[in-house]
Amino acid sequence: MVGGIIKDVGNISSNKTGSWRTFRPVVDKNKCIGCGTCKMFCPDVAIEIVDGKAIIDYDHCKGCLICKSVCPVGAISSEEEAK
Amino acid sequence: MSSEVISSGHSACAGCGEIMGERMVLEAIGKDVIVCQATGCMEVTTTPYPKTTFKVPWVHVTFENAASVASGVVEADRKLGGDATVLAIGGDGGMMDIGFRALSGALERGHDILVVITDNEAYMNTGIQRSSGTPKYASTTTTPAGKVIPGKLQWKKNIARIAVAHGAPYVATASVGFPQDLAAKVKKAKSIRGPKLIHLFTPCPVGWGFDSSKTVYYAKKAVETGLWPLYEVEHGKLKIDQKPSFAPVEEYFKGQKRYKHLTPELIAEIEKHVKDRWAELEKQEAAGINLQLLP
Ligand SMILES: Cc1ncc(C[n+]2csc(CCOP(=O)(O)OP(=O)(O)O)c2C)c(N)n1
Ligand code: SF4
Ligand SMILES: [Mg+2]
Repeated sequence: MVGGIIKDVGNISSNKTGSWRTFRPVVDKNKCIGCGTCKMFCPDVAIEIVDGKAIIDYDHCKGCLICKSVCPVGAISSEEEAK
Repeated sequence: MSSEVISSGHSACAGCGEIMGERMVLEAIGKDVIVCQATGCMEVTTTPYPKTTFKVPWVHVTFENAASVASGVVEADRKLGGDATVLAIGGDGGMMDIGFRALSGALERGHDILVVITDNEAYMNTGIQRSSGTPKYASTTTTPAGKVIPGKLQWKKNIARIAVAHGAPYVATASVGFPQDLAAKVKKAKSIRGPKLIHLFTPCPVGWGFDSSKTVYYAKKAVETGLWPLYEVEHGKLKIDQKPSFAPVEEYFKGQKRYKHLTPELIAEIEKHVKDRWAELEKQEAAGINLQLLP
């Protein structure tokens, strides 16, 4: 017996968890070396490295700021989210 | 955005170490996997039917039987000529307490499965109740530190050693603070036939009471202080993967609400315990004992 089957894998991405955020991580593209450390630790899979720079998906980033704390070159800062 | 194995949009808390660990494990395994997931935060926050974060075959099983379901899945897969990595994954509550009998049975029968325990040291999904994985003197809602007790009174259950005692050919500890080490262990486990177990340290900002940005900090500090040794036991032979700097354990406790009641005496007791355990660990490695043959 099977309770239920979900065929549309990863369909939870329609949940826009970016609305949870109280602080917003901001990447300084001049400092970012594209090492991917932030991406590796992001619990929300909300960071991509594009053309050698970290890009944050603000639709899903919950603002935990792990990225800011692990960045080896201090390229990520944070700003209070506008209400 | 999404990775190969999970997508954004799940409702694990901001800074959750457990979903971080589960993704790292799945990325290291790759797409040819069948996940048997025990109840807990990693089921509730990832898969509110009809939605899921997972992009690989994944089945939610009850709280107590992830290892039993994985046993059946792997036997069926092999009969059908498959060679998928069958992963039984669950929390400390799911694997070390309530699913422990199922886990013991699966290890003893010797199925070709990988077991990963994502250990956040309490029953987080139901509100931070103590488990056998909760460390000594941690305050939880069922071991509240106060006038009567200084948090949990027992040491943490040593589940990795219990797996070794079952004769499992590969057992390792890991921490989300060291993703390369974790990935290497997952890949090693994949290459070995039979039951494998990885005990993975996954800090929980909500249950431990620390700022969500500090998950990786604590995952590293636990290792650096010696509280969470990184080692592996392959066919009974112990290998220590990282010798800690033995930073004072206090550095790890600081900033965690579950430990804010700790007195210098309690800290000294834990510090001594860490040193004693490390002395034994190093003796065993140096002696090259086959831990599976120990009577
Ligand atoms: C048989 C049974 N008992 C109790 C529960 C309620 N329950 C659901 S999740 C959970 C806690 C899970 O703890 P753990 O395995 O450590 O995972 P975590 O939530 O910490 O990730 C409990 C007690 C249940 N689902 N089934
Ligand atoms: S309670 Fe802890 S383990 Fe559960 S989703 Fe939140 S951070 Fe993760
Ligand atoms: Mg738990």
